[in-house]
Amino acid sequence: MSPRKNNIQDFLKALPKNMFSGFVVSLIALPLGLGLAMASEAPPISGVIAAVVGGIVVSILGGSHVTISGPGNGLVGVLLVAISTLGLESTYVAIICSGILLLMLGFFRMGALADFFPSSAIQGMLAAIGLIILGKQFHIMLAHKINREDTVDYLIEIPYTINDALHYGNKGLIFAALAGIISLTIMIFYSKIRNKYLQLIPAPMWIVILSIGFSYYFEIGLHETNPISKEYMISGIPTIQAIIADLPRPDFSGILSFSFLGSVLALTLISGIESLLSIKAVDKLDPEKRRSNVNKDLKALGIATIGSGFLGGLNVVTVIARSSVNVNQGASNRSSNFFHALFLVLFIVFFSTQLTRIPLPALMAILVYTGYKLASPKVVTKMFSIGKEQLIIFFVTLILTLKIGLITGIISGVITTFIIHIIVNKSAGLFLRNVLKPNVLMFKEEENGSYYVSVKHFCSFLNYFRLKKHLDAVPEDEDVIVDFSMCEFVDDTIMENINNYQELFSKRGGHFDVIGLDMHDTDSKHPFASRRLLPVPKIIKNSLTRRQTSMEVLAKDYDLNYSAEKKKDVSFLNNFSFFRTKQINHIYNELSQIDETIKLFDIEFSEGEFIAKEVVRSTMLHINLNISLPEFTLDREGFLEKVSAFAGFKDIPIENHEDFSKRFYLMGENVAEISKFFDDDVTHFFESNPYYHVESNERALLIFGKERLASVKEIKALFDFGKRLKNVITKG
Amino acid sequence: MSIKPFKSIGIGIAFSPNLKANLYEAARLSVFFQSKLFLIHVGEFSEDKIKALKVILNAFKKDHLDYEVVFKTGDPVEVILSTSKEKSIDLLILGAVQRERLLKYYVGSIARKITRQAACSVLLLIKPSVDRITCQHIVVNGLKHPKTEETIKAAFYVSHKLNSEKITIVEEIKEDQVSVKVEDDKSLRRANIIKERIKLRENSRIKEIISHIPEEHTKGKTIKLQPIFGKKGYSIGHYAQVSRADLLVMNAPSKMTFWDRLFPHDIEHILTELPTDVLILQ
Repeated sequence: MSPRKNNIQDFLKALPKNMFSGFVVSLIALPLGLGLAMASEAPPISGVIAAVVGGIVVSILGGSHVTISGPGNGLVGVLLVAISTLGLESTYVAIICSGILLLMLGFFRMGALADFFPSSAIQGMLAAIGLIILGKQFHIMLAHKINREDTVDYLIEIPYTINDALHYGNKGLIFAALAGIISLTIMIFYSKIRNKYLQLIPAPMWIVILSIGFSYYFEIGLHETNPISKEYMISGIPTIQAIIADLPRPDFSGILSFSFLGSVLALTLISGIESLLSIKAVDKLDPEKRRSNVNKDLKALGIATIGSGFLGGLNVVTVIARSSVNVNQGASNRSSNFFHALFLVLFIVFFSTQLTRIPLPALMAILVYTGYKLASPKVVTKMFSIGKEQLIIFFVTLILTLKIGLITGIISGVITTFIIHIIVNKSAGLFLRNVLKPNVLMFKEEENGSYYVSVKHFCSFLNYFRLKKHLDAVPEDEDVIVDFSMCEFVDDTIMENINNYQELFSKRGGHFDVIGLDMHDTDSKHPFASRRLLPVPKIIKNSLTRRQTSMEVLAKDYDLNYSAEKKKDVSFLNNFSFFRTKQINHIYNELSQIDETIKLFDIEFSEGEFIAKEVVRSTMLHINLNISLPEFTLDREGFLEKVSAFAGFKDIPIENHEDFSKRFYLMGENVAEISKFFDDDVTHFFESNPYYHVESNERALLIFGKERLASVKEIKALFDFGKRLKNVITKG
Repeated sequence: MSIKPFKSIGIGIAFSPNLKANLYEAARLSVFFQSKLFLIHVGEFSEDKIKALKVILNAFKKDHLDYEVVFKTGDPVEVILSTSKEKSIDLLILGAVQRERLLKYYVGSIARKITRQAACSVLLLIKPSVDRITCQHIVVNGLKHPKTEETIKAAFYVSHKLNSEKITIVEEIKEDQVSVKVEDDKSLRRANIIKERIKLRENSRIKEIISHIPEEHTKGKTIKLQPIFGKKGYSIGHYAQVSRADLLVMNAPSKMTFWDRLFPHDIEHILTELPTDVLILQ
């Protein structure tokens, strides 16, 4: 373990930076908090209260490092329903209850629950939330308040509102709509303008500053009233004294009603999912590469939500956009979250009257933009590129969430995903029979200390938590090899998560390799496309796996030829004693030097026949030597089983190299020739390099490590070993 | 170990296409272990059947195979169990299908029913073969259990008799033995330190057991210790499959009720998806 650092000194040193990033985040958190609360039809200040309580509680009790907590986008839809059906007082009770549930989830270490949702369904749900926000706020942005029962109606009426806005006669409305449009333009183009002074203040704050400035310009400069209609100004930002005086009295009367419980569940579900997704995403951004304690964070969020509910605030969740700004501004620990809350308090204390000068349409433009980001067409095209079936899941979740509700939407998304998996695999048994089985094996390979993970049967969102549990127990700077060759079906949720692990491991100095997927088929070329094992492998495959593309890149780097195609002509291997009792099916994924002297390939061979048949895949290296050498087999002492065909031959001792003789098992017929061949240089080479099985058939060498496919890292090592061995042998 | 653990071997036979392969395997083992072979047939006695068996077993005449055929009618499970008790059979050989269908899983196939109830050791063959396929790699459990020492000794005895090259002793360690839950970097580091400590402890426990085994049984064998953190009774089966073991040797389970089958634990995981030939030692 590393020596204990001087924590307090480090903390103080990092404090100014964290204070600054906390300040920048509070600049976004203020307009977003107001906007999100108003979009949920709660008092605007409730969003700011959530951010303040969240920032203080989570920064003290939380388990993550650079996250920011506050009111979340995802909750707008649920809160909207809760407030309209339960009323504001009962909604606060629902928020408090969901905080208690969240706290319990943390205590029972249920952070893993979020892994049970397929990623397409979550995407569909988020898109639906985006549409709910966008649909509702678009009208207010154009100063055209309407009230509809159904969320879909809001979307349908967008064209009418645009048409109306073009024909406004009222000056107040025109200015209001203009404020909205200008704000939206700022949101859209802000990220495209790269100016360091402009970027100093985040876009939402620009909107706030500009609109307050505009209002003062009319009041002080022109001595006129603000031309924006009074109806479209933020109302009711209370002073800090008023907030303390008017603490809401939670109304516990209706807590057993069906709609109340539904709201509590939905609030808990969404805040849980949103927080967990955000924490996962922020962990990837953390420059110090720390791992967040998810359950501790859930507990802190639960407590914060309870407190926020009592103080008249909304649910507290971990929010991705604000957290990423936090990281970009150089935050390094939780104190930035605390400062973000502190600055928000200062804003409310000193500027609460100024805040009433912000026009509503300007604020809603921020939300329209957020909603659009959640439901942008890019999400749909990404889904489509992963697979057509993903679109079905996506739209089923999306439409049902919009039409009925969040809980129904996400559940139907899960069910649709499951049905599609059954249809794709043409088997329900595969899932029903194996879903309860512990299908993951992980052990540390004693030879090189890397973790080997093997997954059986199927691997989808249903049993991802088992794989995740094992993978999470591996430090990210180690080597992991995940073998899916015994897995008949791997879905896109797994592929996406595996990809996340790969990024995480490579960032933290480890290696995360996936093997055994090359025989699986996909419907699209996207790396996340779900894969199923083919009974009869196709000749032409739709897409290359990540391992195959890595090999392609490797080939380019090392000036090698690469071909993923299967080759049936394997006569060059038949002379090797290893294959004497084995049937070679084909070789594939071949990497070869331009002059064809060194070839590396994956190979599929089988042992035994009919019922005793076993198919084995391995990665091997073949070196063609122009000189003739004795026929021999060299392996580490004890690995006799690989060469059972050699029965009857004895270990050949090499004089003066006791270490070599002790560690290696050398066999062959022509003892004199072999002893001559293993001179000082060759022996030293083997003594000082990793173990491989090496065989000669008088003209060529065959080298391999294990009887399984090699990871990309192992391929490089094998290739390097082969090249150096060739140099040692052919030097004279 | 001078005693012979398997003085008599029993095999249930049906006149199926697999008969020859099953008989060959049983006969070969009887020759290796120098034990008497009992062929238990559920059905009526007939000269034709005796003749058919004789023809097949003729190949082992030169090895002085001592065998006896028992005919008995009734429920297959009962017949085999009662006969093995009467004839005090030490090892029962059963042919089994590798994977069970969903319905059968809960009701149980004959082989599995017998395995659950048998009082003697059971060998489940998933791929009997007429030609001898050498058993090269044996995986044996190294659970912390009073039966384990005998099991490992027997595994070495078997590997000695079958000339296998390699024995892997898998120590399955339950996750809850690691007292720290991995949640962040700090707990992860602590959990890994605890794991290393448990590994060393387990390895020294197994090494102690191995040191009690007569040298002629361990000589020339590659002995590997593989600690695995994971589900007890499951990981070893999966490991045997991944490492392409030819024989998996397990302790017999202590108790077995219907609930154990509903919520599979220990040996049930292996019985449901036999990874390779399995020897369950009583």
